[in-house]
Amino acid sequence: MRRVVPALLVAGLLLGLAWAGIFHRSPELYLMAAVVLVVFLSGIVRASFWTGLERAGVRDPQRRWLGQRPLVQRAVPPLVIAGLVILLAWAAGVAPDSALLVLLAITYVLYLLPRRVRRFAVPLTVFALVVAYPFFIQQTDYQRFLFNVPVFNAFPSMDTMLSMIIFAMMAIGLNMVVGYAGLLDLGYVAFYAIGAYTAAWLASPHFAAYGISFDVGSVAEKPILQVGGIHLTIWLVLIAAGILTALVGVIIGLPTLRLRGDYLAIVTLGFGEILPQVARNGDRDGLGFDLTGGPPGINPVDPPGFGHWLNAHVGLPASYLREQGTYVNFVTLMFWTALALLLLTIFCSIRLRDSRLGRAWIAIREDETAAAAMGIPLMRTKTWAYASGAFFGGIAGAWFATIKTGVFPDDFFFNISILVLSMVILGGMGNVWGVIAGAAFLEYLNLEGISNFNGWMNDHVLVCDPNKQNPSSVISGGCLNAPLVTFGIYGAIIVLVMLLRPQGLFPERRRKLEFETGVHDTPIQDETA
Amino acid sequence: MNPMRDDILVTRRLRKEFGGLLAVDDIDFTIPRDSTISLIGPNGAGKTTFFNMLTGVYKPTSGQVVLDGEDITGLPPHAITERGAGRTFQNIRLFQQMSALENVLVGMHARLKGGILASILRTPRLRREEERAREHARELLAYCGLAGRDELYARSLSYGDQRRLEVARALATEPKLLLLDEPTAGMNPQETIEFIGFVHKLREERGLTVLLIEHDMRVVMGVSDRVTVLDYGAKIAEGAPTEVRADPHVIEAYLGTGAVSSG
Repeated sequence: MRRVVPALLVAGLLLGLAWAGIFHRSPELYLMAAVVLVVFLSGIVRASFWTGLERAGVRDPQRRWLGQRPLVQRAVPPLVIAGLVILLAWAAGVAPDSALLVLLAITYVLYLLPRRVRRFAVPLTVFALVVAYPFFIQQTDYQRFLFNVPVFNAFPSMDTMLSMIIFAMMAIGLNMVVGYAGLLDLGYVAFYAIGAYTAAWLASPHFAAYGISFDVGSVAEKPILQVGGIHLTIWLVLIAAGILTALVGVIIGLPTLRLRGDYLAIVTLGFGEILPQVARNGDRDGLGFDLTGGPPGINPVDPPGFGHWLNAHVGLPASYLREQGTYVNFVTLMFWTALALLLLTIFCSIRLRDSRLGRAWIAIREDETAAAAMGIPLMRTKTWAYASGAFFGGIAGAWFATIKTGVFPDDFFFNISILVLSMVILGGMGNVWGVIAGAAFLEYLNLEGISNFNGWMNDHVLVCDPNKQNPSSVISGGCLNAPLVTFGIYGAIIVLVMLLRPQGLFPERRRKLEFETGVHDTPIQDETA
Repeated sequence: MNPMRDDILVTRRLRKEFGGLLAVDDIDFTIPRDSTISLIGPNGAGKTTFFNMLTGVYKPTSGQVVLDGEDITGLPPHAITERGAGRTFQNIRLFQQMSALENVLVGMHARLKGGILASILRTPRLRREEERAREHARELLAYCGLAGRDELYARSLSYGDQRRLEVARALATEPKLLLLDEPTAGMNPQETIEFIGFVHKLREERGLTVLLIEHDMRVVMGVSDRVTVLDYGAKIAEGAPTEVRADPHVIEAYLGTGAVSSG
């Protein structure tokens, strides 16, 4: 199976590419086909490379190569490969892009660094590039500074990046529950929703109707403040949202975490369905008290910012929305703040993983009975996992509501739970970096990637006639309309990952072992502690 | 002298029924402090059920378990471990994908304090605690004959080493009473002899009280101060090893089931 599926895939891909190439004579395609072919046949290529050298008169090339210094052995092959690819590209008429070359050079330098330095250098470089990203993408002629991504064409826009970061935070939160402690949670959207509604309660005119009004370092503009309601500064709101969501996590966890495996998953699924329904019906008609604003939600929520006091005394921007510069504007500020929140989430997640509590989570994941016998209180430890996961889900939700300046119950459907879980599974359960990659990739696909891919397919691969296309069918007039089946594509991706790489793209070291050997968790208890 | 003070573990009329099946029938049992007691019996005699009631895995149908003067009947396993009863499992249940050192650190869970906030902030006190814990864990591993194997995954250790790691992990819980459930199951005679020597050493050097569960009578003869024999959930004999071996009920129970010379 593990051999047949990739072989079929590659064969299909090559066939498709060849067919498309005949129609379009697109050099980009030939290049990609060649790369795919070389990667797939890398074993044969390597072997014939050595024999080829020997035929050409070089004596014993492989042994002499292996006798070289390790740094040389590490440094040369990428150069040779890059040289070949560039030569091939040049022959095919595709000019190598300067920005791409710069990026490749940075990658190459990082690759050459010794392991100890690389551990710090790689995250720092990535971080620096991401921080600088708005400056590149917000150029009116950004293609001058960035290159064309193969297949997907464009880089993600700022809005997409913001969304990717929020989902990365959620994925890290869920990873604490699913990846570390091994508790399958299918209702994570509930925590996201609670975080968002907390932000709406604590920073909007919503409660003005009940005569509650106060203002602590708020961001809201004068006319909104005059309406009343609770207006806390966003920074307090984020903390409050995290804590409240963690509390709800404990309340949901206490009855449900007594269950194991599938039963737990089903109950969390229930909670994930119940909370959005409560949000939808929590208005005066449903509840007798307007808690959630019902179907239209709560709107407006105060935008992010440092408030009028900090603006007057320290000079920090009062409200992000007032910043309208070309490069430093409200979108950039939201992006950087989200990035800071993501860093905080990563930091806490790693610290927790390496702590006494993290060890207990992994022990429970591996063998609950043995963990209990070693003095780990199961309920308390699992509840902590739940609460920690909920905390970051809540912060992500609050930030989402703030940048959207509103909460709407339709944003909190069940599919978000599954989407976040797919990110965790795709990236590699347990590994923070893998999970971030999974989140970024799937959210990019969700917002831009699939439609970009669709456009590329129609231009380069298919014989598309836009005049004959029927916008409501997936394939018509030779055109593909892939965004119609976004979730089908997710399903296909997850099925493929499960078939080819069940541990995820970047698995945690331990998890990898578990997938190879299986966990051993036969309960011998008749009553769970 | 108060007899309660001298006994580290007492069970009174401890009973377990699974539906209609009576697995353990009103057993009165004591373990005096600083002794090595063995509980033996043919396969299916109710030894492990009894053992699981002592460690909180099963709740007794009726009866009482007292550990060091404190009633622990029906407490969850982690609470019993906290109160000083460390255990191993009949079929090794290590955390296979954790290193030997991490396994021992998990055993120390109840003895460490590091909370969630301190872990995130990595306070100096927490750092000191973790360093000490690691130091202590390394000592324990060395004591159990696993020096230099700290970073190996539990699953990559040999069978005998896995048994030793289970004991090291149980010792990390700082037990007053160490409960070993068929620790020599699956060992060859040489390993068995070595392991029994190790149990002896634990008692001599650490002053531990040990409860040993076995179905092979020969294993326990050398180390036990007293042997209790279970059959069909009931106590059929109790006394010094030599007496028990000569007891006609015991001979009948063992020879009757043909289990006398296994291992």
